[in-house]
Amino acid sequence: MGVIMKISEVPQDDIKTLNGVKKALYAVDDQGCYAKTTTGGWEAEEVVLNQVIGDFDEKAGETASRVRNNETSPIEYFMYKNWMDSPTLAQAMGLYHWQVKRHFKPSIFKKLDDRTLAGYATLFRISVDALKNFPGED
Amino acid sequence: MAKLKPLEHRHYAHCESGVVTALLRCHGLDLSEPMVFGITGGLTFAYIPFIKITNMPLISYRMLPGSIIKGAAKNLDVQFRTRRYREKEKALAELTTLVDRGEIVGLQTSVYWLPYFPPEMRFQFNAHNLIVYGREGDEFLISDPVFEHPVRIKADDLQNARFARGRLAPKGFIYYPVRVNPSIDLREAIKKSIKRTVRMMLYAPIPFIGVKGIHYMGRQIERLKIREDPRYVRLFLGHIVRMQEEIGTGGGGFRFIYAAFLQEAGRLMGSTRLEEASRMMTEAGDMWRRFALACARACKSKTGDFDAAEIAQLVQKCAIQEKHVYSHLKSIKL
Repeated sequence: MGVIMKISEVPQDDIKTLNGVKKALYAVDDQGCYAKTTTGGWEAEEVVLNQVIGDFDEKAGETASRVRNNETSPIEYFMYKNWMDSPTLAQAMGLYHWQVKRHFKPSIFKKLDDRTLAGYATLFRISVDALKNFPGED
Repeated sequence: MAKLKPLEHRHYAHCESGVVTALLRCHGLDLSEPMVFGITGGLTFAYIPFIKITNMPLISYRMLPGSIIKGAAKNLDVQFRTRRYREKEKALAELTTLVDRGEIVGLQTSVYWLPYFPPEMRFQFNAHNLIVYGREGDEFLISDPVFEHPVRIKADDLQNARFARGRLAPKGFIYYPVRVNPSIDLREAIKKSIKRTVRMMLYAPIPFIGVKGIHYMGRQIERLKIREDPRYVRLFLGHIVRMQEEIGTGGGGFRFIYAAFLQEAGRLMGSTRLEEASRMMTEAGDMWRRFALACARACKSKTGDFDAAEIAQLVQKCAIQEKHVYSHLKSIKL
């Protein structure tokens, strides 16, 4: 992991999280003149991004078993799967936080109307069927 | 409508300064991205403990989304037409009409809904800017400044991206210049903007903004209880680094792009002292990178055997260096 931002020393770690995308940035050449150049990413940024994604995945994993034990609804699982927490989910759905928390209750979830379910499914980029029929196994 | 130069896609460090730079060039004002970022007063530092994003404090190295557009209107004498919408259909109809008659427009979008983004980047971030420069059937032609090449997007996806809900919801926000002054006095604009940035960074009236905000963040890091909750500590440090280094920052929390601005401004105005300020700002950027590296190492450490005080020290150094930069800038008679 290089640090000094000379063009010749700009990190080119080709990190996986960028998926081949190059980023533009400004760095100095050997004469000290700023110029635009590109980077394939820096390992440090990959570490911190994978960390937060790993944290959400972990929560999703824990939540999956809670869904199977009928302790919460699939909404909570797909929320973590899409890297959101409950306040963010509420905002993205245009609902109050307490409403979303209520939808986590399996008994309430079963009675949700089609429009609300479709709203969640669209946000989670899945079908309503996939939201309603949570698989028993991974 | 004035005659536009055709859009030439270029790769930029930051989305909003990239879009504004490209739009201005189409309208005959050819500035670099750092110049636009600097003149519109894009730089800041803010650590707001009581605004939480996924349970983390709001940390920003740049001004609020939309401020570069506003700054261009104010400091570069550009008149924009802007609009937000209540109805999605109306927004799409107007966009279609505009691009079909050859207008080149900026849009605010959510990266969560942009299919061409790397999957790992598609968080709920609603303030991504891009340019629409044409249409072919159901697809819009997109010049996204943080990508190397132009892309295309289906109308449905674009609609989702423009009408994502939540914090900073775009509400279909569309903007494009209607009047640009190609013979603007850059020197005057540079002076004004530097003064404004210096004042904010040195004398913000609340302790969460500017140099004081950086010190404040350092103190927060120093107080972290690694043993009690190592998971939170790692996530917290990771959160800071993401705000600082993620796509659209140009690295070092926008400090390098601002250093590039100071250098260009120094050459334009024949001021070696401004160029000196640029070197000092580069040094600040390097310090921020060193801090990021230490945080990344801490995040990777399984045992939690890192020293929060040491990491905090690196932040305090950034604050001290930045104070030098702004004090130096303040002392320059422009």
